[in-house]
Amino acid sequence: MTAADYVTACLFILGGIFFFAGTAGLLRFPDVYTRLHALTKADNVGLGLIVAGLALQAESWLAAGKLLLIWLLVLFAGACVAHLVARRALRKGTRIWTE
Amino acid sequence: MLQWAFDTMLGFGLLWLAWRALNSSDLFKAIVLFIAFGLLMALAWVRLNAPDVALAEAAIGAGLTGALLLAALARLGAMTDQNVSGASAYPVPSAQPPAGSHFSRGLLILLLSASVAGMAYAIWSLPSYATGLSMDVAAHLDDSGVGNPVTAVLLNFRGYDTMLEMMVLLLAVLGVWSLGGLQQQPEKPVAAVLETLSRFLTPVFILAAAYLLWVGADAPGGAFQAGSVLGAAGVLLLLSGWRPRVRLMQWPLRLALTAGAGAFILLGLLTLLLEKQFLTYPVAQAGRMILLLESLATVSIAVTLAILFLSVSSGHKEKSGKGEKK
Amino acid sequence: MTNAFLYALAGSGLFVLGLHALVMHAHVLRKILAINVMGSGVFLILVALARRSGETTTDPVPHAMVITGIVVAVSATALALALMLKLAEKSGQAVLPDKHGD
Repeated sequence: MTAADYVTACLFILGGIFFFAGTAGLLRFPDVYTRLHALTKADNVGLGLIVAGLALQAESWLAAGKLLLIWLLVLFAGACVAHLVARRALRKGTRIWTE
Repeated sequence: MLQWAFDTMLGFGLLWLAWRALNSSDLFKAIVLFIAFGLLMALAWVRLNAPDVALAEAAIGAGLTGALLLAALARLGAMTDQNVSGASAYPVPSAQPPAGSHFSRGLLILLLSASVAGMAYAIWSLPSYATGLSMDVAAHLDDSGVGNPVTAVLLNFRGYDTMLEMMVLLLAVLGVWSLGGLQQQPEKPVAAVLETLSRFLTPVFILAAAYLLWVGADAPGGAFQAGSVLGAAGVLLLLSGWRPRVRLMQWPLRLALTAGAGAFILLGLLTLLLEKQFLTYPVAQAGRMILLLESLATVSIAVTLAILFLSVSSGHKEKSGKGEKK
Repeated sequence: MTNAFLYALAGSGLFVLGLHALVMHAHVLRKILAINVMGSGVFLILVALARRSGETTTDPVPHAMVITGIVVAVSATALALALMLKLAEKSGQAVLPDKHGD
């Protein structure tokens, strides 16, 4: 294993932790807004770490660029979709959890 | 060992999601679970070394089918809400399966278990090593005009299948239209973010489709994947309130819908004249012919899928559900 | 046998789960979902069996068949949904009753 492999492994583990936290939040949080928060925030970072880890293993700059592009697209689409879901929930009158 | 664990988990995950999707009490939840099922299927295709299938599944099985199902459910909800007063948004007549006698239910379970066991035995007893047609495909790949064996099979060796499939797509549109035709819907205002999203993503979708189409000659990708990505762009545009102009809905639409099947038939007749065989391309021209066919098929698939979505989500409306029925 | 056997087994399980739901549920949307799950099961078995030709080479013919199948499945689903909506429009509900006169 080279140094890059070790860095990749670390990034994957870190990304996995973020994904785990995001999923736990999705399952355990009380209402749709907090769940969206957990999902988009944690998973975006998690995916970023995974993409960074994969980019280190990429054969060329072009492949790494494509990976980065995927991450940016997911960020953009995720943010928009989270907004749309929250907006729809508000319109439908889903109450915001307060405690 | 780790791979076995992962594959087992994925297999059980698929079964569990399918069970939940088919038996959860809420139809909306069922559809969302089905979409998740489609995404896991895409993962399974990757594990089975079938990236071409994975791309198609991710775009169609998880994306377009889900959009179709949700659109139909929304219309069903609107329809039954007007007819059945005081019902919830998505009424489910019987959440639980209709009761049969215990005996008949037991018998059914028994029969189904027997068929699983039978299938498992049949699969188990097959020879564990079989090349199938992979050797033949590999032997003739150089003459096919493309480097990706799956594209070679789809567009060259078994071009018949793809031609007939284009006709199946056409038949589906005809069937949906004959159930009430397509009615023009006014453009309606939607969320600003959705508009921005579609405005930004549509060029990206078109670029991705063109990339998939081009790269499909030598790597995973091709007409079906490109067509479904382009179709998804159409669905996104339709969702964000865009409606094609009436002028476009006449002969340009029909031309786009029939372009794929028409190209296959015309090229087939041409090769019948040149090579004395239907859809057998001359080796020197095969690559170009396949690219031409794939481009037209991509357009047809994309337009067909988008039109199917438009028809299901807003098709034969207005006449129905005004309370006159029932 | 390799891991592909697991997927073939899962595929047969999916087929039977779908068949069960197809028979047991009266709601048409559920039946459409069930048919889609059955189709996925068949596709899974096909591609898993294509894996048998070795670790590096796989049989591309079943792959092509499955891609064709996926596209046909989505168009059939659209047609089925349109039929379901027509049924709901005519009868007020999207249910296929067990007995006549229910």
